[in-house]
Amino acid sequence: MSSISHDHAHGHGHDDHGHHPTGLMRWITTTNHKDIGTMYLIFAFTMFIVGGLLAWGIRAELMYPGMQLWDPERFNSFTTMHGLIMVFGAIMPAFVGFANWQIPLMIGASDMAFARMNNWSFWLLPVAAILLVTSFFLPGGAPAAGWTLYAPLSVQQGMSMDFTIFAIHIMGASSIMGSINIIVTILNMRAPGMTLMKMPLFVWTWLITAYLLIAVMPVLAGAVTMILTDRHFGTSFFNAAGGGDPVLYQHVFCFFGHPEVYIMILPAFGIISQIIPTFARKPLFGYASMVYATASIAILSFIVWAHHMFVVGMPAAGLLFFMYATMLIAVPTGVKVFNWVATMWRGSMTFETPMLFAVGFIFVFTMGGFTGLICAIMPIDIQIQDTYYVVAHFHYVLVAGSLFALFAGTYYWLPKWTGHMYSETLGKLHFWASIIFFNITFFPMHFLGLAGMPRRIPDYATQFADFNFIASIGAFGFGLSQLIFLIAVVKCAKGGPKATAQVWEGADGLEWTVPSPAPYHTFEEPPHVK
Amino acid sequence: MRLREGQSWAAGMTLMGATQLAYAEVDGRYNLQTPATGIAQQMYDMHTLMLWICLIIFVLVFGVMFYSVFAHRKSRGAVAAQFHESTTVEILWTIIPVFILLGMAWPATKTILELKDTSNPDITIKATGYQWKWGYDYLKGQGEGVHFVSALSTPREQIEGKAPKGPNYLLEVDKPLVVPVGKKIRILTTANDVIHAWWVPAFGVKQDAIPGFIHDTWFRADKEGVYRGNCAELCGRDHGFMPIEVHVVSAEAYAAWVDEQKKLMAAAADDPNKVWTMEELKARGEQVYSANCAACHQANGKGLPPAFPALDGSKIANGPVGDHLNIVLNGKTGTSMASFKQLSDTEIAAVITYERNAWGNATGTVVQPADVRTVRSNKTAALPAQPVKSGHAG
Repeated sequence: MSSISHDHAHGHGHDDHGHHPTGLMRWITTTNHKDIGTMYLIFAFTMFIVGGLLAWGIRAELMYPGMQLWDPERFNSFTTMHGLIMVFGAIMPAFVGFANWQIPLMIGASDMAFARMNNWSFWLLPVAAILLVTSFFLPGGAPAAGWTLYAPLSVQQGMSMDFTIFAIHIMGASSIMGSINIIVTILNMRAPGMTLMKMPLFVWTWLITAYLLIAVMPVLAGAVTMILTDRHFGTSFFNAAGGGDPVLYQHVFCFFGHPEVYIMILPAFGIISQIIPTFARKPLFGYASMVYATASIAILSFIVWAHHMFVVGMPAAGLLFFMYATMLIAVPTGVKVFNWVATMWRGSMTFETPMLFAVGFIFVFTMGGFTGLICAIMPIDIQIQDTYYVVAHFHYVLVAGSLFALFAGTYYWLPKWTGHMYSETLGKLHFWASIIFFNITFFPMHFLGLAGMPRRIPDYATQFADFNFIASIGAFGFGLSQLIFLIAVVKCAKGGPKATAQVWEGADGLEWTVPSPAPYHTFEEPPHVK
Repeated sequence: MRLREGQSWAAGMTLMGATQLAYAEVDGRYNLQTPATGIAQQMYDMHTLMLWICLIIFVLVFGVMFYSVFAHRKSRGAVAAQFHESTTVEILWTIIPVFILLGMAWPATKTILELKDTSNPDITIKATGYQWKWGYDYLKGQGEGVHFVSALSTPREQIEGKAPKGPNYLLEVDKPLVVPVGKKIRILTTANDVIHAWWVPAFGVKQDAIPGFIHDTWFRADKEGVYRGNCAELCGRDHGFMPIEVHVVSAEAYAAWVDEQKKLMAAAADDPNKVWTMEELKARGEQVYSANCAACHQANGKGLPPAFPALDGSKIANGPVGDHLNIVLNGKTGTSMASFKQLSDTEIAAVITYERNAWGNATGTVVQPADVRTVRSNKTAALPAQPVKSGHAG
């Protein structure tokens, strides 16, 4: 079923499909899932750099006690925008990029179900990004209410908050369209013979993630819309003087916020579940239980939101319910980790860069899982809520979790996308630099949080100076390490040893049956899965 | 590892005893702060127990994983087995964690029920969060009626690096909260503008202070001493600069402190009908300004535009005094300018007079406490349309 490779980079026509536009218009008008996937990934990396520069701004101010570089308000806008850009600009679009490239290839579909909507959902993103980033240049500067935009602080902000609200609306629309597309593609366009329980885990995790997105993005849109009307149209959703309640915002936001956490980690689980069996040369242990664990995590994610609000003043019954529900999440998450380890057990492993990142993921993500469990114990959470302990915890799951999985996936599928092998030396250097600097940056933050350093502060008591200095050094190193990734990917896109269709000895799945690079159009005749 | 509930808890306590010794020297750097209340001690012990459980699981899981990483390598000639399912194992590693979690949830549940029980306090104090300081009102019990505002006392020079930083840099206030040792203190939290959180780590107390709502928490400090904490909820520009300082003192010292406060308050209470001179108002106004306004509008009145506008030469400070009074009393919605209605009539009169006659502003306006009282009592109507030109100017 493999088709012939065409030189599409130069925009030559294709017999069956007429000609497509060249140059910029090719990218603006494209409906091809591979083009759109590539654009998502480039967009996500660009935003990752912007968010990373903001992180450098934060760490530079925090390197020494005292105020050196920024006004506190500007510092707050850095932490706010770092969060918004990394969550909505970098991590989420990157996973959608993977979905675009890989889901059709992995289920034997010729493209996404709604190709034009796919184009639209991508091109909304740069618009939203421009709204977000230009808010720095508005009177009053970028929003400084934290990425969670808690009312009433967010109601106090300048006009940049309105820009951010509209950016969130647009990104939400984009995510919802993307999710509908993914669900319809997976449910309707699988190759004959590929039953649901034969789908690769990456596809499964994205199917579940897409449902989560459709369920919660409208909730976020509702929350920020209420802020908008409180700001401009005289409503009092979050204003006690008008009969509202500031805590209402937190409930609505966190009802989005917790599933959002799994939106950013479930596809990562999917990527890791593809990579571990490939390099262990052994089938994934407990496929069915992995699917059930993913679904359980998704369902539980809807009933744990108030664990972000343990100090808001809930009654004891509420605290107990949300603590128990949150602790339960450790069970399916544990099952996943055990399954990965069991997959590795008695395998025949090699450690190319994707595998290094995958093993690194399991190791460091699990540490984030442990601190998550500690945060779930409400009495302990009283001491660490809104401290650097929480900052350490969510960076362990979001950087060492989501981001490392994205790197793992990139190295894993890059030969399929470009037709060239990347440089193992650069890849390994990138891995070791990333994991070492990552831990230098974030491990000391556990100590800072335990000892009582609040998060989102531009200056701190002097006993926190040493660990902050170490964390800042780590952050600069971690940022620079990502240049290695950029070089490795650009080099691989430009040339390198030819990749075979199989690419990895232990790889299994439909995407490895098409040539490398994957032709512009694949699976025009659906393959048959036994 | 499958000990019964009581046993595992006891085992945890023994381990904890050992670690407490180990941590003693490095306390405050690597671990939770030394507990000063029973609840904080329970939190500390629970955290230690959790660390040990996590460490054991960590060693088991990663022991297996790293053994596999080293032993089951292709380069060592490992041949891949093809097993990929075992219902028994799956059920086992679902059930066992559930039991471990139950063991963790039990002590946590007991502590939650205890820490939510705010009944029968000896003293009730309301802590009000303002951007960016804390107001304390002793509502019930010994000291009833005492109230004051507590703000950061670290000098600007230390923050800006022009002077060496003191030992309690950013953790010191001008007027600390004072409570007696061994008494149950109930703290009611609320806020004036945005959400703050009242947090003293050594007491194991952190409670959001939410505008328009009152929540409560409590502590009973076992040891006399000075305990420090911070606001723990992002509340705007100076969120990092509104610490909490609590002095826990003996019953006698507390009684003496209450007496002193009552006398101070009586002495400091301004006669609301006093007519002030321009110079008096300006001097008082400058103090009020540096405590309440300078963080944003800056000591030199130049502000930090565009977020925090200059007052020097501003339309408000040089225009009709009614508008000026209105913005100070009611704030400006959609901006960081909060309402300062918590200040006394005298303080507001003083600060407005100061702002209108400091730096390059020379309106000559003198606002008297009585003017502020008039505006306050009329809320919407009758803001004086004309600048209040008083003849008492010095």
